[in-house]
Amino acid sequence: MNIDSIKNGIVIDHIKAGQGMRIYDFLELDKLDCSVAIIKNASSSKMGKKDIIKIDSNLNVDLNALGYIDPNITINVIKDSVRVKKYHPELPDTITNIIRCKNPRCITSTEQELPHIFKLIDREKDEYRCLYCESKANA
Amino acid sequence: MRHIISITDLSLQEIDELILTAQDIIRHPDKYRDVCRHKKLATLFFEPSTRTRLSFEAAMYELGGQVLGFSEAASSSAAKGESVADTIRTVCCYADIIAMRHPKEGAPTVASVHASVPVINAGDGGHNHPTQTLTDLLTIKAEKGQFNGLTVGLCGDLKFGRTVHSLITAMCRYPDVRFVLISPEELKVPSYVKIPLKEGNVPYTQTTDLVSVLPELDILYMTRVQRERFFNEDDYVRLKDSYILTPEKLSHAKADLAIMHPLPRVNEISTAIDVDPRACYFKQALNGKFIRMALILKLLEVAA
Repeated sequence: MNIDSIKNGIVIDHIKAGQGMRIYDFLELDKLDCSVAIIKNASSSKMGKKDIIKIDSNLNVDLNALGYIDPNITINVIKDSVRVKKYHPELPDTITNIIRCKNPRCITSTEQELPHIFKLIDREKDEYRCLYCESKANA
Repeated sequence: MRHIISITDLSLQEIDELILTAQDIIRHPDKYRDVCRHKKLATLFFEPSTRTRLSFEAAMYELGGQVLGFSEAASSSAAKGESVADTIRTVCCYADIIAMRHPKEGAPTVASVHASVPVINAGDGGHNHPTQTLTDLLTIKAEKGQFNGLTVGLCGDLKFGRTVHSLITAMCRYPDVRFVLISPEELKVPSYVKIPLKEGNVPYTQTTDLVSVLPELDILYMTRVQRERFFNEDDYVRLKDSYILTPEKLSHAKADLAIMHPLPRVNEISTAIDVDPRACYFKQALNGKFIRMALILKLLEVAA
């Protein structure tokens, strides 16, 4: 299967197989009018299978938020068809509207407009807690 | 402008200063009679309360200020579906400071984001109750003279007991404090409350047996099993009588034990104990007014 290489944009590589659509939805890539490719179940020497997303545009979003969804992914920044940066996203200090608080006693359970915000409490344990009720995040 | 949402919003030094101010108010009430003249406190109680609301209101009146607000969600626009944010934006047009109680955890945090005046958390669900903790600390200071080195037993509903959560968070910052957590298995302290205990290497034990640990306690903090926190009535009925403190059980306790309770009680402390000199729970209720006076002064940046 051939996917054209991109000139200026981002390649999100080493996505755990099956998680590609979640990242596609989170980044709202359906709203872009540039070329976007999702490759599912690509062969990987490290992972066996992986997903890849190629975006032929520079996204104006904090890609570190992806670190919560899948900390092992690789982000490649492409300029003039050359990779100029490659990195793993760090766990963000806060994540907003990626996961929802499941505590039925939390204010977010009744106030539908509130953003679901979680703060990073322990970087080593990847532990996030709800900003409002301090319940532990369950991904 | 400061908000007090959690007891950790106050440093140990600030807590000491509040206690000193409260003690000065107790000794010299006349000094503080009129210092909040023309200031208004809004008491927004989306959940019933006796002591907390009335002590806030009494505190503001004794400082010469005025009070407005509501004592149940049904008498506010919350009953029409108004959000916390919109209620707070509105109340900020009329008041200089807000004390807010809400059944949902984190509601005061939401309020603080939208408020242009100081917000005090007067209890949010089973989460936090920082002004009860200030009340408790003032009482412990009066009874024990210090916080260091105390063995503090907390008994009853430690899962939904917001006063317990805030008191543990506050007391674990003092040296050589030890906790004995006494509860049924289903009502143990939530994991987030134990984070500062683990981080600070604060010693604590968990048990289901009150009588066996009574002799080692300097403070026994009893709590009510709260019917309003259960979604299942059967669970409440099964757990509500887990611990009942009686004069017979107290015979095993230290002579200078301080028996505390945030009140209201149901039956977890026998009324026969009310005349025991170790009973401090009505002193707590009185201290609640003085420490809230001190907190209002601090947040309004008013000096006597």
